[in-house]
Amino acid sequence: MHPALQGLLTIIVGVGGCVGYFYFSNLVLDKVLFPARGPNAGRNINRANMIRPWLFLFPAVFVLGLYLAYPVVETLRLSLTERVGGDEYVFVGLDNYNQMLSEPKFWEALRNNMLWLIVVPAASTAAGLLVAQLTDRIAWGTAAKSLIFMPMAISLVGAGVIWKLVYEARPIDQEQIGVLNALYIYFGGTDPQQWLTIPFWNNFFLMAIMIWVQTGFAMVILSAALRGIPEETIEAAIIDGAGPFQIFFKIKMPQIIPTIVVVWTTITLTVLKVFDIVFAMTNGQWETQVMANYMYDKLFRANDWGVGSAAAIAIMLLVTPILVWNVYNARKEMR
Amino acid sequence: MDNIAGSKSSLTWAVHISVALLVLLWIFPTVGLLVSSFRTADQISASGWWNSMFPAEQNLVIRAKAPEAQLREGDLWVIEGNLFEQEGIEDASISSWGTSSKDISAYAAGEEGSFRSGESVTLDALGNYRITSPEEMSGKRGKRLFMTAQTPPDFTTENYGTVLFSGSGQDNMASAFFNTFTVTIPATIIPVLVAAFAAYALAWMDFPGRALLIAAVVALLVVPLQLALIPLLKLHLDIGIGKGYLGVWLAHTGFGMPLAIYLLRNYMVGLPRDIIENARVDGATEFQIFTKIILPLSFPALASFAIFQFLWTWNDLLVAKVFLIDSTGQTTVMTNQIVELLGTRGGNWEILATAGFISMAVPLIVFFSMQRYLVRGLLAGSVK
Repeated sequence: MHPALQGLLTIIVGVGGCVGYFYFSNLVLDKVLFPARGPNAGRNINRANMIRPWLFLFPAVFVLGLYLAYPVVETLRLSLTERVGGDEYVFVGLDNYNQMLSEPKFWEALRNNMLWLIVVPAASTAAGLLVAQLTDRIAWGTAAKSLIFMPMAISLVGAGVIWKLVYEARPIDQEQIGVLNALYIYFGGTDPQQWLTIPFWNNFFLMAIMIWVQTGFAMVILSAALRGIPEETIEAAIIDGAGPFQIFFKIKMPQIIPTIVVVWTTITLTVLKVFDIVFAMTNGQWETQVMANYMYDKLFRANDWGVGSAAAIAIMLLVTPILVWNVYNARKEMR
Repeated sequence: MDNIAGSKSSLTWAVHISVALLVLLWIFPTVGLLVSSFRTADQISASGWWNSMFPAEQNLVIRAKAPEAQLREGDLWVIEGNLFEQEGIEDASISSWGTSSKDISAYAAGEEGSFRSGESVTLDALGNYRITSPEEMSGKRGKRLFMTAQTPPDFTTENYGTVLFSGSGQDNMASAFFNTFTVTIPATIIPVLVAAFAAYALAWMDFPGRALLIAAVVALLVVPLQLALIPLLKLHLDIGIGKGYLGVWLAHTGFGMPLAIYLLRNYMVGLPRDIIENARVDGATEFQIFTKIILPLSFPALASFAIFQFLWTWNDLLVAKVFLIDSTGQTTVMTNQIVELLGTRGGNWEILATAGFISMAVPLIVFFSMQRYLVRGLLAGSVK
């Protein structure tokens, strides 16, 4: 069968099944189980209304439970066991963790993740804030923002390809086709550099890609926040003789601090899970390993589910503070 | 900058220039890949893409016609022709040329030179040449002419033809393109549907445990999907789904669900209470209220989430690698194919750039046509 046709067929079956569930389950509830007629009409309506929320919620709660809540528990269990042939698992306590902690690659991944965690959110937020402020009052600001926002639409793999061309190196006797090396040679460099293989600094070349992507996100949110600042506060500052820089740092910044925190945490979450960029560009070689890629390595290359699960739990521990903070805030807001 | 009072700030120009520079810096890498996808492999490795917009200076070696084309003119034997016409090169112009590889710029365009074997030759800037000899020339092959020529910018769509249609094996993205659609469309529509019902229940129905469920959704919002890979792959293999479309749809549905419910619920809570209560009083069932009132009113939020989910599933690599792509590789998606190309064909920039751009085309179209909804969704979705 032609792949397009096959795709179309699978799409119809998948989506149709989903629509069918909601339609028919409600039909059954109203017409068969508790019909709103006959002697018990009133009681039936009440019962139907008690069940309906769960009917509406069931698929969502089911996939949430199965795809997000259950794995947390199961991963924790797997991280404490070792697979011995086929489907046999034995409890090994903290052995997997001990093994993970004794591997230099793990510490390298953790160190790099921390580096990412410090550099990327800070740089993206700062750049986003700068662009948001600069484009705020110029006529073509929307177009400029749109272009800076664009990398958000591109896959991280695509971004990887784009930047690989930037970092490309050719032997010295050939024309450089990577713009970074071309500039390097133009400004007096002697040897074209393989940027992605220079330990430690190559992390920053990978981070540049993430910053390039995330700045657009920060900009969009911060730009909306800047727009939301009451005009009076700025007018008052101008009348009092404040300069543009004073207005920005002393009037605007303090008012958008909560939004900056939101942007910072959101980018932090993304960075904690960074995988595609490292996987596509270096695959963790030359000391660029990160946690998510370390875990993938353990899982699908080394086939070591125990240590892989332990690494997943380590990532979970890193995001837990943000999780608690979010739930705390959400509950406060609902009250 | 802040010229509310009507006074033009002296910083205005600085602002315009720095924004222009930032925008340039931001789009420069992408433009590089786009331009490269329209160049041939030779062009890409001969010069940086930023030079491709200008005429390039190239050293060419072209053979004149073979001696069998010679004509007799009085007591001279003559071969005439145009080098560029023979080679199909357009609009090039020669600055200097030579008859031996050791000295390729011996003569200027239009001058008369000679071959080592004695024939004299003229070559003008447009590539017209005339080789003359008092004796009949012999040999099977034409004389070689060496020249430095300015060739105009030259772009081709050949790469797109290769990657989409004629390429073989890894170079052909056509089936990966369809596979990506097959993953993406149900993985977008199913979560929107499922989440819309759940969000309505969480926003407008009263039942025990509602607050707890909402808190759970917020908590699950940040659970890294890395955690889910092993247990779910194990589960899928155990219950017989294995690796395939069904598995990847379910996975995407699960991973997109917290954000979907969060976004949609926040939006639906803000809908006017009167409308819903009036409908209830008029005897509409909850299902009718949902499909006839809530869904149409929530369109902006539904669109925002749908765009998010579409971009995320289209651009995803990890979930597809774990839940979809089996050892046969029949169901590979574009991101995965590009990663494989990066590994095996890292130097073939014409293929890589084109494949990359084909995979980016759809998200970019979606992005630029529906940016409004995307921005709205971002603003609503960032957890406060």
